Amino acid sequence: MLLEVRDLHVEFHTRDGVAKAVNGVNYSVAEGETLAVLGESGSGKSVTAQAVMGILDTPPGRISGGEILFQGHDLLKLKPEQRRRIRGQEMAMIFQDALSSLNPVLSVGEQLGEMFVVHRGMSRGDAKAKAIELMDRVRIPAARERVGNFPHQFSGGMRQRIMIAMALALEPDLIIADEPTTALDVTVQAQVMELLAELQRELNMGLILITHDLGVVADVADRIAVMYAGRIVETAPVHEIYEAPAHPYTKGLLRSIPRLDQKGQELYAIKGLPPNLLHIPPGCAFHPRCPMAQAVCRTDVPPLHTVDEERRSACHFWKETLDAR
Amino acid sequence: MRAEGAGPEDTGGAGSTLLPEAGEAGRTAPHAGGEPILEVRGLVKHYPLTRGILFKKQIGAVKAVDGVDFDLAAGETLGIVGESGCGKSTVARMLVHLEPPTGGVIRYKGEDVTKLSGRALKAVRRNIQMVFQDPYTSLNPRMTVGDIIGEPYEIHPEVAPKGSRRQKVQDLLDVVGLNPEYINRYPHQFSGGQRQRIGIARGLALNPEIIVADEPVSALDVSVQAQVVNLLDRLQTEFDLSFLFIAHDLSIVRHISDRVGVMYLGRIVEIGTDEEIYDHPTHPYTQALLSAVPVPDPTAREHRERIILHGDVPSPANIPSGCRFRTRCWKAQERCELEVPLLAVPAVFREADTPARHDSACHFAEEKQVVPQEDLREQPGARRPPALREEDGGPGGPEPGATGGPGDKQG
Repeated sequence: MLLEVRDLHVEFHTRDGVAKAVNGVNYSVAEGETLAVLGESGSGKSVTAQAVMGILDTPPGRISGGEILFQGHDLLKLKPEQRRRIRGQEMAMIFQDALSSLNPVLSVGEQLGEMFVVHRGMSRGDAKAKAIELMDRVRIPAARERVGNFPHQFSGGMRQRIMIAMALALEPDLIIADEPTTALDVTVQAQVMELLAELQRELNMGLILITHDLGVVADVADRIAVMYAGRIVETAPVHEIYEAPAHPYTKGLLRSIPRLDQKGQELYAIKGLPPNLLHIPPGCAFHPRCPMAQAVCRTDVPPLHTVDEERRSACHFWKETLDAR
Repeated sequence: MRAEGAGPEDTGGAGSTLLPEAGEAGRTAPHAGGEPILEVRGLVKHYPLTRGILFKKQIGAVKAVDGVDFDLAAGETLGIVGESGCGKSTVARMLVHLEPPTGGVIRYKGEDVTKLSGRALKAVRRNIQMVFQDPYTSLNPRMTVGDIIGEPYEIHPEVAPKGSRRQKVQDLLDVVGLNPEYINRYPHQFSGGQRQRIGIARGLALNPEIIVADEPVSALDVSVQAQVVNLLDRLQTEFDLSFLFIAHDLSIVRHISDRVGVMYLGRIVEIGTDEEIYDHPTHPYTQALLSAVPVPDPTAREHRERIILHGDVPSPANIPSGCRFRTRCWKAQERCELEVPLLAVPAVFREADTPARHDSACHFAEEKQVVPQEDLREQPGARRPPALREEDGGPGGPEPGATGGPGDKQG
């Protein structure tokens, strides 16, 4: 296993109390595999990724428990400088908003080349040549002329390509992409996702794709982990989860999205609102919104039940959910 | 503006002047039946680009909207889709008079409203209301919900006399599925979905006939989106509203719209009923757009043909000659560079009795199916999510009104 997250807990100390953003998350990614982490805002999907990357703001955040095993080593036990060496070199991250993630006063060539100067000790001239090579690789037209341009001179799609180039620069083993195409238009989104998938295959990297878009997930993921209120409620291979979800939340999500190929009647709507992380409901966090909730759901936190070899569901009634198609 | 003639004084449907025989095909006549309540002809919005400080000189223009025609029938929902920068929001803002058009006409019940002012304009504006995209910035944080929803009555006191306003606002809260007792709360005490309901209630306050909704659900979480979409659907029937629904999400637009117009760089390139556009698109841009939308069905991966467009949308300050899509089009030929394609039924389909017979601004229009069809995926081996098949989403599904009802305020 390339990456294994075990029982991770993250909390934020705020004026109003302790917000429990991540409450015991387990997931793993193998080489060459794409794991999609699906969830709504506040589900803890990005916070988990930040903890893995080691870029969580502490304080107010605090990792209060768990392990993050990367190639067998627990990242949480490493010294800051050891982690810094891993970051960029072994694992890299692509952010949602390229414009605010890139430095506006440095040319993209300098920002790309910096990776090689810092991590590989290259001269600036060599680094610039490498930067052009990378821009070619992510198919930015006229890379040689544009290497001196600044981020604002590129379009949104091109900027996201530069982010991808930067993440790939040192050929890491793991890429974490946090909503990489959410800010892009559909036609550009298709270009960028295709590029990312292609490069991943070529370099046999593990990819964690964090998203709320069930369509993007169906397009590229091998496996899915669905998060709700800081927990994983279901994990499964992509085909199985779309065919027969084993958790009422996943099921509700799948049924609530309008589809391009269907003129729907009324949409199924999950009732209520996502929980407040300061006051997560006791028992199963989804119970106030769940159509199947029973007394036990209000008191007992459901463990991650084994549905079959590859599937897990954190629902007391996963069997019934599966059967009640 | 339309390239050939079809100026603002042209009263006929855009197609009828250009192809007489297409006139009775009724393509510009809306399908939902009845007279169009809103007719838009040759609508243009150019923002001048100037140079110099003291002696300003116009050196060009950002052509945000560059000749848009459509009709909206009473009780109909027209969806407008397009990518960012295509001018769809500018169209919305011109319809509600937030932006004066550079040219063209907007006819409301036969009367050109672009020339109105004073009392006449005020009366028209009452009937065309808007719901904005971002529920976080479109509500004044210092006003209570009651004041926000009731504010339209200050401007149009004839709708509700002073004494009855509080009751009216509470009724509206109830209609959009919020607890009427929340009338004295402030926007920050509500979640995103609830705030959007407040925005919708404000839009409904004056009993308008037309609601222009600009990306009303794109800022919301997936599980909350469905609630608001259902609410809009229900309100349309209940209040007999005409909707102009602007969005970039093609799936939601299909769900909610009777007809759909596809915009590219300030123009509508294809318009028709939802079946015509989604199942029988003839314009290459529509085809590319539809094929790029990820479908939430992993089995579609193998079946689907993806049209990946190259490059980016050109700048609206520097629109390509001829067909504005030609720089990204795989079919582009010399003719596309020289001749502006008009929005009309393409010659090849004019005689045919197929759903492909609808307006499409392309010289080389041809039908191409890009959205995976249901029967295709019914084939042996092809799997589809059964969860989506069984349909108790109807009356059995939770009432949208019931959802915000408890109104468990967050935080």
